[in-house]
Amino acid sequence: MSLEDLAGAPAVLVFYPADFTPVCGEELALFGELLPELEALGARVVGISVDSVWCHRAYADQRNIRFRLLSDFEPKGETSRRYGCYREDAGVCERALFVLDRDGKVFWSSVSPMDQNPGVDGVLDALERLRQEAGEGRGPEPLGREAQGEARP
Amino acid sequence: MTQLRTPIGPDDHVSGPRDGPVQLVEYGDFECPSCGAAFPEVEHVRRALEGRLSFAFRHFPLSQVHPHAALAAEAAEAAAAQGRFWEMHRLLFENQEALDPDALVSYAEALGLDVDRFRTDLDERRHRQKVRRQFLDGARSGVNGTPTFFVNGQRHDGPFDADSLLEALGGGSSHRAY
Repeated sequence: MSLEDLAGAPAVLVFYPADFTPVCGEELALFGELLPELEALGARVVGISVDSVWCHRAYADQRNIRFRLLSDFEPKGETSRRYGCYREDAGVCERALFVLDRDGKVFWSSVSPMDQNPGVDGVLDALERLRQEAGEGRGPEPLGREAQGEARP
Repeated sequence: MTQLRTPIGPDDHVSGPRDGPVQLVEYGDFECPSCGAAFPEVEHVRRALEGRLSFAFRHFPLSQVHPHAALAAEAAEAAAAQGRFWEMHRLLFENQEALDPDALVSYAEALGLDVDRFRTDLDERRHRQKVRRQFLDGARSGVNGTPTFFVNGQRHDGPFDADSLLEALGGGSSHRAY
């Protein structure tokens, strides 16, 4: 999966240090709980950590995670590095949130302390602003782009 | 971002005066063990600040991790529809391990509620929207887990034992609370 797969709609990237840690669990549970609202704002949500696909699968099954988890495993931390949120010393990514616009450009971001659940309010605010700007400045959405951009594993 | 967006209002269940000089709002989940641990602490705070504290409890069920939480919240609302929110709130926290639909009905019976009406409320999910509304409003106020407390409108990020809460609440009023 690449950024192009997410293009055509706003995206929420949830970088988190590792599967199976208490704060991540709560953070992802919160994003999962608000998935209908995030999707109603047109966004696709993905979680990203350096854990392997198999680890993600076990984690998603056990915690009933309803959105896609991406594995930044090989080459390790490559994606996180590009977003400036990889911690070389710890070998994991920061607890960081990004909201991308439909062209894949960073519209809003925040980094939280490792042990702090950032909550979802910043993301909701950013998506609403994004929608307002799109509505005011860019005219109607081109037909068909939504469906075309649907990401596949 | 850590300010309460919606102050205590007519939609809230409030223990104590509605416009007391000290205001405490809890976002909680009846199946959350930490909320269960907070329950006696808040009870202590309510007693210590009786007459001055407005305490509101709002729903923040994390259904993905707590499968019974949403229906338990709706049960509290169904009891509220019969004027018994706080009694149900207590029973739910005192019986966190048993929140399946049959157990919820048995609590309604124990409180002497109109059980048919209670059951219909749950079956038809009549209070689902209200619970969801509170959940979303909490998320917008920066609630990131449960329990989350707001003391006089500011998110309280410290511990939630009674002493810590009392200290935070005391700081927001004109004289010491205890």
